[in-house]
Amino acid sequence: MPSLLFWIFAALMLIFGGAVVINRNPVASALSLVVSFLCLAALFVGLNAYLIAVLQVLVYAGAVMVLFLFIIMLLDLKGEVRRKFNTLAVGGGSLVTLIFVAQLWMVLRRFPEGAQPFPPMAKNVDDVREIGMKIFTSYNLPLQVVGVLVLVATIGVVVLSKRELR
Amino acid sequence: MTPTLNDYILVSGLLFAIGFAGVLLRRNIIIIFMCLELMLNAANLSLVAFSRFNLDANGLPNYNAQVFVFFIITVAAAEVAVGLAIIVALYRARQTTHVEDISSLKF
Repeated sequence: MPSLLFWIFAALMLIFGGAVVINRNPVASALSLVVSFLCLAALFVGLNAYLIAVLQVLVYAGAVMVLFLFIIMLLDLKGEVRRKFNTLAVGGGSLVTLIFVAQLWMVLRRFPEGAQPFPPMAKNVDDVREIGMKIFTSYNLPLQVVGVLVLVATIGVVVLSKRELR
Repeated sequence: MTPTLNDYILVSGLLFAIGFAGVLLRRNIIIIFMCLELMLNAANLSLVAFSRFNLDANGLPNYNAQVFVFFIITVAAAEVAVGLAIIVALYRARQTTHVEDISSLKF
């Protein structure tokens, strides 16, 4: 991936990811999350993972975020009213996050293998075919387990959404 | 300067940190849930970056990681559906999405 495009999409993804946390209005948060996911899909394209990029756009930016927006509008959430600032929670959360980022930085600085450029790929890679072969041969059992999981989730959502829970 | 594996891991780690900070700092349960999705996606990005970095003898990426990402996306979609149904049920019972108003289980 050209380096300029990588940095543009990475910066956009992080900015809109930060906007998810900072926005007070839940609808604005959800829309920022959509943009963040779209930029992430662009990064996947840069890594030659075309199937994953398409799935990211279809499933996350499409289905999941429509579900989020639907629920936010269904519950008719207004912008959050300001409450008293919980200093301990804010300080602790920021501290743990900063420690995590610092630790990541320290680890990456001592990882010279990762500083080399990506090796060149073979020409004409058919990644949908390769992933399909893997899913339907080596990962056939996990695929069926995930199918059952999705079925269970569907039934669970229907039960949870009934008027009165018993 | 073309982006290296370290750049991808750094970006994915920063995205994870943003989601993590959101979970710790925000008090709206729906925003917390969105930040969880952000963290899942950060993990996906580093998986795909490692898959692209680790080519096999034919010059193909390691597709096991991409199959893993496929499963993560599937499970995350199911998780969002169930989680949002729980939030709607919670809102019906308590008329709030603020986590400090929902503290029955708090020790």
